[in-house]
Amino acid sequence: MNKTTATDVQHMVHQIIADLNHKPGALMPILHAIQDELGYIPSDSVPAIAEGLQITRAEVHGVISFYHDFRASAPGKHTIHICRAEACQARGCRALERHAQQTLGVDYHQTTLDGDITLEAAYCLGNCATGPSIRIGDDIHGRVTPARFDALIDQLQTVPLAIQPVLAKEDNTHG
Amino acid sequence: MVKVFVPRDTTALSLGANEVAAILQRACADRSVDIELVRNGSRGLFWLEPMVEVETDQGRMAYGPVTPEDIPALLDEGLLDGQPGHSLYLGPTEEIPYLKNQQRLTFARAGIIDPVSLDDYIHHGGYVGLRKALARIPQEIVDEVKASGLRGRGGAAFPAGIKWQTVLDADARTGSSPYSKRKFIVCNADEGDSGTFADRLVMEADPFMLIEGMTIAGLAVGADTGYIYLRSEYPVAHKILNEAIARAGKAGYLGNNVLNSGKAFHLEVRLGAGAYICGEETSLLDSLEGKRGQVRVKPPLPALKGAFGQPTVVNNVLTLAAVPFILAEGGQAYADYGRGRSRGTLPFQLTGNIERGGVVELAFGVTLRELLEDYGGGTASGRPMRAVQVGGPLGAYMPEGQWDTPLDYEAFSEVGAVVGHGGIVVFDDTVDMLDQARFAMEFCAVESCGKCTPCRIGSTRGVEVIDHIRDNQERDYHLNLLEDLCDTLEDGSLCAMGGMTPNPVRSALNHFPDDFHQDRTTASRTPAGEA
Ligand SMILES: Cc1cc2nc3c(=O)[nH]c(=O)nc-3n(C[C@H](O)[C@H](O)[C@H](O)COP(=O)(O)O)c2cc1C
Ligand code: SF4
Ligand code: FES
Repeated sequence: MNKTTATDVQHMVHQIIADLNHKPGALMPILHAIQDELGYIPSDSVPAIAEGLQITRAEVHGVISFYHDFRASAPGKHTIHICRAEACQARGCRALERHAQQTLGVDYHQTTLDGDITLEAAYCLGNCATGPSIRIGDDIHGRVTPARFDALIDQLQTVPLAIQPVLAKEDNTHG
Repeated sequence: MVKVFVPRDTTALSLGANEVAAILQRACADRSVDIELVRNGSRGLFWLEPMVEVETDQGRMAYGPVTPEDIPALLDEGLLDGQPGHSLYLGPTEEIPYLKNQQRLTFARAGIIDPVSLDDYIHHGGYVGLRKALARIPQEIVDEVKASGLRGRGGAAFPAGIKWQTVLDADARTGSSPYSKRKFIVCNADEGDSGTFADRLVMEADPFMLIEGMTIAGLAVGADTGYIYLRSEYPVAHKILNEAIARAGKAGYLGNNVLNSGKAFHLEVRLGAGAYICGEETSLLDSLEGKRGQVRVKPPLPALKGAFGQPTVVNNVLTLAAVPFILAEGGQAYADYGRGRSRGTLPFQLTGNIERGGVVELAFGVTLRELLEDYGGGTASGRPMRAVQVGGPLGAYMPEGQWDTPLDYEAFSEVGAVVGHGGIVVFDDTVDMLDQARFAMEFCAVESCGKCTPCRIGSTRGVEVIDHIRDNQERDYHLNLLEDLCDTLEDGSLCAMGGMTPNPVRSALNHFPDDFHQDRTTASRTPAGEA
């Protein structure tokens, strides 16, 4: 992904639009497909989407901004969603959320300074009998105590050495 | 070869089921034992997950909750022969009282079959309903659903048969629309309510049942296309559904010519994007059409002008999942369960601070207390239970005095509560009900579609007012203001998001007034987002 150039992106966006345009109500599938590829929906892909679907740019923007999932800027390498909803509250998610924000040094919708982790809020992950629950990428974890949270973060930061960015990594004590 | 089952639904995975499966396979290979590993769905006994089952001559034997570290000892002590001995041995799965005492119609196959095996599904009674439906005219199918007394399981409890009748009778030839003459089946799989996961477990443990239910709905009303609008928070369900749909298509259960009947039914999963309001049916339809998920003014009803302006059945996952049983066994067989006007069964979901969390499918009429105590076994923390929220974030908090209420739509409504989608969230005595009321307002502010001022702005005001109450700033004035705000939300909201947010707020105020009159000058609570 690091080597993806602007023209690659444009090409890919056009390809996605061409592939999905025929679907009734194609906008949501197109936005999901772009975000799956890039992690976000670049603002310069909006004109192409608008043109492909014969709607206005304002309409495309309106849809992107309406939904919590869609992002207009790149997320960190990993996205962590913490469930904030009632069943997880009953199991301590308020304390978990404070712990996560403090250890990562970020609030919701923010990315750690080293670009590693984006923190997001979720309102129920459907894992309500075994909370607190969090989601990392497509993996959902149950009974996440603060200690377990730290262990999961450690795993994220230590396991995939091979795909670490070339940039020097800061340690995690900022903020 | 021994058949061993390790579930792969979200909850089992969230507790390490993949690691258990991997270690088990490796350990068996090391010991040169061949096993057939089946990745089933959970039985819904979540406190026992990951629960490993082994098929024996005496039926399936269960062990749980299993960690990877337990595997060597389990194998040493005869796991593969279903032997007792290890402390995690639970005996025959079907004899576990939590499961044995249920009345499982919708969850009859959950955890038993491989969710994406069509053979398994058919061997366990699947597609009997569709075959019967194919032998009937549409009106007879609708009549069967009417006879079952089935009411929508998504929250509003509207009779499914009457909705289907409206769509069957609707004239689909609307003007020059490219969708003219068409009707649609839309499955509401947005399951946004906290404390609910029954839809998810249907999709992850028995997806063909939903596919069959939607296909029958298509036959009943004359729709050739269905959409499952699935929340994006369910990546596991997404994968399993797509796999099941592909397999059903290959085997001729979906497509242009369903089981050579000459009838077409196509099915596609569409993902939401993290908006609670898209569970509301008209907002869902706008989202499906590629718009902002804003609530539409009714009328027109979606049954007449739904997806792409065409007549549309919008039903919850559990509603559609009940249909194969109703067609296979007859509407009366379903209606034989239940109480009053609440017919059939509901999969209740025990969640939050509960010792034995999971899915408990029972006929309507069981009391909340029976569920909390006999099934749930009290709180997980071991502390006294204090409040129970039933029916999702828009449902009331119920104090102990109300726990003997039988779970049926009318009985709950009499005490100002809702059954909704059957989610039950338990809190122990450390809960601060002012925090819960505040969260209800905050949630409404975050998830409002923005159409109505009371909902959009009033909810933010609600958070501020509750903060003033907490900080003891002109408390009586602000308590009155909170009541006024609740009135405004109830009167001035287009849908239940704004209209029912007062439920959790008022029930917290009325049943737990102490929490709103405490001196909190020493409170150390940090509001979300301030860390
Ligand atoms: C704010 C709000 C959220 C809702 N969320 C859901 C949901 O997540 N799933 C669902 O099936 N119904 C939900 N509903 C109810 C739907 O609007 C609709 O009644 C339902 O999909 C109809 O299907 P049923 O008759 O089978 O229940 C919601 C309603 C409101 C007002
Ligand atoms: S009550 Fe709220 S969510 Fe419902 S239509 Fe009005 S603004 Fe939208
Ligand atoms: S409330 Fe957190 S997973 Fe449902």
